Amino acid sequence: MASVKNEVPTIAKDKMLEMLEKMLNIRHFEEASIKAYQQKKIAGFLHTYIGQEAVGVGTLAHKQPQDAVVTTYRCHGLSLALGLPPKAGMAELFGRVTGCARGKGGSMHFFDKQHNFLGGHGIVGGQFGVGIGAAFKSNYDEDNAVSFIFFGDGATVQGTFHECFNLAALWDLPAIFICEDNQYGMGTACTRAIANTVIASKAEAYGCKGYTLNGMDLHEVHDRMRDIVKEVRSTRRPVLVHMKTYRYFGHSVSDAGAYRSKEEVDSYKARDPILAISRELIDGKSITEDEFKNLQKKIKNQIQEAVDFADESPEPPLEELTQHVYMDEVGNA
Amino acid sequence: MAVMEMKEAINQALKEEMTRDEKVFILGEEVAEYNGAYKVTKGLLDQFGPKRVIDTPISEAGFAGLAVGAAMMGLRPVVEFMSFNFSLVAMDQIISNAAKMYYMSGGLYNIPMVMRGPNGAGPRVSSQHSHNMESVFAHFPGLHVMSPSNPKDAKGMLKSAIRCNDPVVFLENELSYGMKDEVPDGEFLVPIGKGDIKREGTDVTIIAWARMMSLAKTAADELAKEGIHAELLDPRTLKPLDMPLIAQSVRKTNRVVIVEEGHFFCGLGAQIADNIYTELFDYLDSPIIRIAQSENPMPYAANLEAATLPSVAKIVNAAKHVSYNV
Ligand SMILES: Cc1ncc(C[n+]2csc(CCOP(=O)(O)OP(=O)(O)O)c2C)c(N)n1
Ligand SMILES: [Mg+2]
Repeated sequence: MASVKNEVPTIAKDKMLEMLEKMLNIRHFEEASIKAYQQKKIAGFLHTYIGQEAVGVGTLAHKQPQDAVVTTYRCHGLSLALGLPPKAGMAELFGRVTGCARGKGGSMHFFDKQHNFLGGHGIVGGQFGVGIGAAFKSNYDEDNAVSFIFFGDGATVQGTFHECFNLAALWDLPAIFICEDNQYGMGTACTRAIANTVIASKAEAYGCKGYTLNGMDLHEVHDRMRDIVKEVRSTRRPVLVHMKTYRYFGHSVSDAGAYRSKEEVDSYKARDPILAISRELIDGKSITEDEFKNLQKKIKNQIQEAVDFADESPEPPLEELTQHVYMDEVGNA
Repeated sequence: MAVMEMKEAINQALKEEMTRDEKVFILGEEVAEYNGAYKVTKGLLDQFGPKRVIDTPISEAGFAGLAVGAAMMGLRPVVEFMSFNFSLVAMDQIISNAAKMYYMSGGLYNIPMVMRGPNGAGPRVSSQHSHNMESVFAHFPGLHVMSPSNPKDAKGMLKSAIRCNDPVVFLENELSYGMKDEVPDGEFLVPIGKGDIKREGTDVTIIAWARMMSLAKTAADELAKEGIHAELLDPRTLKPLDMPLIAQSVRKTNRVVIVEEGHFFCGLGAQIADNIYTELFDYLDSPIIRIAQSENPMPYAANLEAATLPSVAKIVNAAKHVSYNV
């Protein structure tokens, strides 16, 4: 099930640059959001995607327009990878009406209908049903879509994971279950929460295939997911993909992360996908050091523009308070 | 007496009850090694060890169900829900198992179990993390529902809840965990079903519980400046309600405002108002006014969140209204 790193980069240079740009976009967006949180412009929970960028970017490179995507509260990175404008994301974090959910959802509840992004979900395990529902729709309408269902290691022990995987297997739903295993659910190491940590093997219990990938390696994620997505698109059988990854920051901004050692965190930072890919492109003379620096500068500027945009945007008008509770007006209210 | 925070008072109650009765154990997400997501269970693992202070996976239906079974066989579990929003995942175990077991077994199996954790709005945590669950749990016969408004009550109420032979839903507030007050040392019990007058007054009874009592106090201060003397009544136990205490107060003030953090429709306040209309109609000089959360999921935006929740201004206004003093 495990795979070896590809010797020859199989991804075209343009594609690599595009993915690097996406990862940088996520990284800088999240860094800016932490800063804005410290300045009290963002409140509530804030779960960043820093460290896990290669998983989202490498996987969603294979998303076609008709496909759907759903994930947890750790939802900023995937939204951006899909193409959500940083302004719409940052404004959501600031609770402004220009945000992707009109300021009503906040950090945990990004949505983006244009990309069939069915949401960031706050309840662990709450998104599985949504994800297989989208897969069900694809079969119903015969539109050849697949469903990307992202979740954490901690969610594999919720009942909904097993119920929904069984349903998908039973009914041949084209659902790709992607476990972003960052090795902790909050402060709990997965070995203390999951009886069988060979996550991919859980698929076998439902007669399906499971794969284990190195989520810190963009090449591996991108190349293997290309084949896996293709497979699901044609077989209409669900699969389980175990992505081994790591989050550099605490569970959310309020978590100091005392349950892990600095050495452990540093060992993953040393394998940072952004570092690795930028080095590879520079060493391979695909881009120069200066071009990379300019790219970083460009993205930082874009993120700063998003922050300024969010800051200057108005809060939702009070009339919106009870708007969007129901779509249809019924009764005599 | 020592001055301590609400979360320390709850912690003390847990420690004392676990010391008193070795059948008491606690389980939940992050309760042991992390010392609790909100540090309520701080030091419990060190003092009582991993046999009795148990970190669970994120499997609410599973561990709530386990607690029911353990209780049937004679243990006294305390289940911590990291927040009561996640109790929804375990709802079947709570409603169909814990609440019904004693009755449907014809009295053979009681469930001495406490489910506790923060309830209601946190700061800016949006639609899926701000549920007020009291009205839902209070609906079902078989459960007691308690919700303290201050550290002292929290200690005495939780100790009684743990000693209760029936399932108790014990609702705390994240926003009140840091509230400080004097708490009696050692044995101190607040009986289940006993409310408390938090401030005597003559003009209007404001019924409020949990975090809403803090708002009611500020409102009463403001009303006093205008010559309206509000009596503050904290039911503490929401099921069963302390109707004798409510009756005593209503007979005195003849005017009532009920404040709850949860939604208006089918909110617990509606039940309290109905009890008052039924039992005390002749003592009322004005219709009751209920202050509750507006009829929308909790929005994230700061201005919309504030507009959704009860506020001091809304309480003051209501009190003036029932006093025909606007
Ligand atoms: C049903 C439920 N229980 C508990 C929580 C609180 N909670 C939020 S995230 C989390 C940890 C989840 O870990 P994991 O699934 O590994 O995802 P990660 O945060 O690591 O991406 C917990 C316990 C919740 N949101 N929902
Ligand atoms: Mg995790």
